[in-house]
Parts: sequence; C-alpha cells; structure tokens
Amino acid sequence: MQCPKCHAPMHTYNRNGVQIEQCSGCRGIFLDYGELESLTRLEAQWSQPAPPPPPAAPQAYPAAQAPAWGAPHGGGHGHYGHHRQKSFGRMLFSS
Amino acid sequence: MLFPSVPPDDAHPDGDGAGPGHLRRPEASRARAQGIKAVGVAGQERRPSPRRTLRTLTHVTTDAHPLLPALEARVRETAHARTPACPCGAATLADRPDATVVRHAGTVAKAHAAGADPAELSLRVTAAARLPGVLLPPLAPAPVVLHGRPVTYWPYGAPVDPEDPDAAPWEAAATLLARLHRTAAPTPVPPMRGPAKAALAVARLREAAPHHPATAPVLAAWSALPAWARGAAAMPDTTTLCHGDLHLGQLIRHPAPDGPWLLIDVDDLGTGVPAWDLARPAAWYACGLLPPEEWHRFLTAYRASGGPAVPADGDPWPVLDVPARALTAQTAARAVTKAVLADRPLDEVEGRLVDACARMASVRPDAPRG
Repeated sequence: MQCPKCHAPMHTYNRNGVQIEQCSGCRGIFLDYGELESLTRLEAQWSQPAPPPPPAAPQAYPAAQAPAWGAPHGGGHGHYGHHRQKSFGRMLFSS
Repeated sequence: MLFPSVPPDDAHPDGDGAGPGHLRRPEASRARAQGIKAVGVAGQERRPSPRRTLRTLTHVTTDAHPLLPALEARVRETAHARTPACPCGAATLADRPDATVVRHAGTVAKAHAAGADPAELSLRVTAAARLPGVLLPPLAPAPVVLHGRPVTYWPYGAPVDPEDPDAAPWEAAATLLARLHRTAAPTPVPPMRGPAKAALAVARLREAAPHHPATAPVLAAWSALPAWARGAAAMPDTTTLCHGDLHLGQLIRHPAPDGPWLLIDVDDLGTGVPAWDLARPAAWYACGLLPPEEWHRFLTAYRASGGPAVPADGDPWPVLDVPARALTAQTAARAVTKAVLADRPLDEVEGRLVDACARMASVRPDAPRG
C-alpha cells in the first residue's frame, strides 16, 4: 500500500489486534474503518486505573536544559516506547 | 496527543509507567516483572548466527587473508599460556574491518583496523596499562602484527547485556568518564579521534548516498560546525584525557561477572574536548531517543564525580551543543549510509536523527569560545 500523501510504501503493524499502516516516508498513520474507535477504547481501558496527572506537575529538570534543535520531549506522556526499538537498542552499543 | 508515532510490533514496551497512548503487552511486562532475562552473557556465548557466519566468510574471501583462524590460534596460545588447565570456551565477539575480536576463555584478542597506526596504538595501550580502575589493563603493552593488522591482548570482561538496555550502567559510565577526565595522561598520547571518526562517517555518506533526501540536512548540520568538531583543526583542549568513542559496548565488568565496571577500547583514546565523551548520550537524549531520566542519571553522576567537561551546575548545553550536534550528524550519516547500502528506507529511530539534523539549520551552533 502506498501513502496517499507522499506515495512512499506503508508498513503494517499490529497493535493489540489493531492493524495500523504507517508510512515509511512521512511516518503518517492510516487507520481502517473502526480502528480509531478500537484504539480509543483500548486507550481508555489503559488510562482508567491511572489517577489523572496533576495539572502542572513539577518538573525534575528545567525544560530549558535541552538544545534548541532537540526533539520535543513528550510532555511527561512518556513517548519513549520507540526507544526500545531494536534499532535504538543497537545504536546504544555502536559508534 | 492521541497517537504518538507507532513503534513496530516487535518494539519492547515501555517499562516506565503506561501513560495514555501506551499500549503495553501484558506478557512482556510480566516477564519484566519476574526478572526474566535472556540467558547467557550478552549473547556472546551463543552459537554464531547464520548472519555472523556469512559475515565471517565474506570477510575472509574479500580479505584473501584468513585473519580469523590465525587470530583464534593466537588467542588460544595466549590463553593456554595464562591458564594451562583451560576449559577452552572460545567465541568470536566481533568481526568487522575495523575490529575483529575473539575470545578464548579468559583471554581476548583484538585485531585493530588495518590502517591503525601501530605507534599511536601502542601509546594508547600503554596509557591504558597505567590507568587501573578506569580502563581495562592490557595483557601486554605492545601490539603485534598479524596479517597486516595490529593485535592486542586483554583479559575477558562481562559486557552490558544488549538485550537489557534498562540495565545500562549509566552511573558507572559517568563516574569512569569523570575519573578519566580528571586524570593527567600518565604517558604521552595522541589526540582523541572522535572528530576524525565523525568526519570519516560523513565522507562515507557523501560517497555512498549523494542523492538520498536525508543526505542534504546531515551535510548542512555538519558543515555548520566549527572546524575542530569536524576534525579539520586542532581541538581547543589539548590536555584532557578522553575516551573518544563512548557507548554501552565500551563498558565491561572485570573480573567477570561481578567485578567493577571498566572502560574498554582505546582506539580513539587521547587528549581533547571531554564534552565529546558525554555527547553521544546527550545526542540520543536531544533526538528524543534516550528518556530524560536516563540522560539525567548519567549527567548527575558525572557531575557528582567532579567531571570537568561541564559546569558543576546550571545548563550544560552551551558546552554540549557542538559535540552533540557532531555526534548526531555522525550517527545520522552512518544510519543513512547503512540504509542505502541495504536498499531499505530509514526506520523511525534513524528518521529522528535526520530530523534533528534538519532542525539544527534554524539554530546555528554557539560561536566557539576563546
């Protein structure tokens, strides 16, 4: 399948039974009919037991202590699932 | 945000708290909770994978010199001289043009890159022998030449388990670096080779992928750096002892498996800008790959050990900026080169490195001080 936006090939991933196509070029995500609802439902199940985060959680580190060209660091939502990727795992151990 | 970038299905789940948008795999969390890890020392005790075997064959046939069997024979002789009652556990730890490493029981032989200057390597190995508690001491200070490659001998140490990056000894790494940076070079050493190695990676990118869409932002980020960071001029610090190539593969416990952590690999050791040694974890953090907690554990431990590379408190980025840019560009250059040679698209992690290079264009590096 090709990305409708940039026409690069899209790769299929399975997340908790939901098929997700992600573009290898622009990394956009394509969802089939009903998949958005499935993901919302799964997300709700996961977040229910967790208490709501305090509105302005005190940060352990001043936000300014990153370079201006740095990636936006997920605002406490922990977007580091990707850092467990094999690709980064290998990177940790190579020049 | 409802949909963070979706990692492929084989990504490990995040072990630290499942916030909104995090879909943890229950079986993996259970295994983690029970402390189940891959068996074996960092995968090095395993049989060679078909891929490794293929690489070995390729290496031997293209090189036309059977280095690997000769190196295995030498490490066996050396090991048996040290331990006559040898249980004969042998393994190939690495086999690349720049480093072939074989282990025989408690002895490791490393064949360095063919182009490595034996005199410079000898100075680096000699310095390592004089830095106990920081660097693994070699078994002999002088390299020997085997099939055109300098070979050095080392005691075996247990590495960080690549299957368990959560167990990364960030504090130990930082403490060892701080100690190294605070130590005057015990014997004369050449300049640290970090910038020269980064320049090599960028030169290879230019050659292998001149037209790849990621090449332009990487080259633009690289060319905005001051000359010293591109290996094109002397570094502004010519006295501080640096490792030059820090990553998690450069830490071992000796004696294995529970001895103290030590740094290994002296190929790039020398005098230079010590922030370079902090800059690879800094770059991973800046690119959004290394979680802030792990970066701050590393930085805090470095400062607590009196490391001189960054000010004791306050913002370390004025000092880290240039080296972290250089290492981001180097890592991106390697990633794009590898992807092009393998004829595959960049994966998400590789894309983040290129994205960071692209963002650098809008913020010029700080002018070098002094």
